[in-house]
Amino acid sequence: MEREKIKLIIEVLLFTSHEPLGEKRLAEVLEGIDKESIREALEELRKEYQEKKNLEIREVAGGYQIFTCPDYASWIEKLHKTKPTRLSHAALETLAIIAYNQPIIRAEIESIRGVDTSGVLHTLLEKNLVKILERKKVIGRPLLYGITDDFLKYFGLKDIDELPSLKEVRELIPEKEGVDEEVKEPEDEDR
Amino acid sequence: MAYHVKLEAYEGPLDLLLYLIKKDEVDIWDIPIAQIAGEYLGYINMMKLLDLDVIGEFLVMASTLMKIKSRLLLPQEEGIEEEIEDPRSELVEQLLEYEMYKERAKTLAEREEAQFKLFTRPPAEIPPSQPTFEASLFDLLTAFHNVLKEKAPEIVREIEPFKITLEEKVDQILERLKKKDKISFSLLFKECLSKGELIVTFLALLELIKQKRVRFRQPKLFGEIAIYRCPA
Repeated sequence: MEREKIKLIIEVLLFTSHEPLGEKRLAEVLEGIDKESIREALEELRKEYQEKKNLEIREVAGGYQIFTCPDYASWIEKLHKTKPTRLSHAALETLAIIAYNQPIIRAEIESIRGVDTSGVLHTLLEKNLVKILERKKVIGRPLLYGITDDFLKYFGLKDIDELPSLKEVRELIPEKEGVDEEVKEPEDEDR
Repeated sequence: MAYHVKLEAYEGPLDLLLYLIKKDEVDIWDIPIAQIAGEYLGYINMMKLLDLDVIGEFLVMASTLMKIKSRLLLPQEEGIEEEIEDPRSELVEQLLEYEMYKERAKTLAEREEAQFKLFTRPPAEIPPSQPTFEASLFDLLTAFHNVLKEKAPEIVREIEPFKITLEEKVDQILERLKKKDKISFSLLFKECLSKGELIVTFLALLELIKQKRVRFRQPKLFGEIAIYRCPA
């Protein structure tokens, strides 16, 4: 199949998908076409879309998806008359703590926030922004939490490493003279 | 039921302390504990006066502040060579760590805001095209029994500070149905963390069926049950 045809097919696949499509998924649909050709066609398509003013192709949660450009948001909001509900401070804090420390148990989250977090966790589970990974192998077998693919999609992240490291934030806090701080890095995890 | 009002966007004792530290423009590395503790108690009293829900954590922090204050007042023992740890240091560490995550939360909020301006194809409405059988109450009970059986080994007896009411579960189920037109029966119970919650969830489902706000279908005999929202 020629490159042009592959490109057109990928475009319609992206156009009709409400989920990001990864190279693997595209390869499944385009069975028989080698990954290299798919990748090249995808690259060309992305370049084409960069020329467009109203649509763009972004990489989110390990896949590609067509998005509208932010400048046109107000028009779309007019059409759909939707006002999205934002997450609460508590939810965002909890998400930040989980994202940078996963897997993590509720008690650890609560010791950082200093308040009860079970309600917030319940909401985040409901919204599928966090998920239960497994139980920690300690007394009491508490649940371990981690972020989901929906979390990445919600915040427009390619993967968890796209989040700025904690180190960058610590540098903003006025340092005490001569204090050597141990810096926490976002952990590599299996999602 | 206490009316839960958020005072000035602080939700916990750490928030309140950070707020006071910023407001008084105090050096976090040298917090004047007596001053801050005094103000902190003032806010607690104000919250009580306004009949706001002063959660336990606020009071725990109050006593922590008192403890730190009293340790600072104790005269240093003579003859001790090594540096005595500043009684404030643990609190300061905690405040700094918390502040770090608050900053990160702000970053997430900014991303959230930016993402709201990006739209994509919404999930398609999938009409129930397959022929289904009307499931009976006994099918529901059987399905629930299976859920209980499956979940039993996972659920460890844990002390639940957080209880969910029937009304809340009803709302939750309806919310989920707003996003996805149908949910599978077993998915409803996936995130239940205790037996009590499983039961409340099932009762909520029965309530919604009684109110004719949801209906259920069983595509395969004795198979998975799907829950649908009834059009308003």
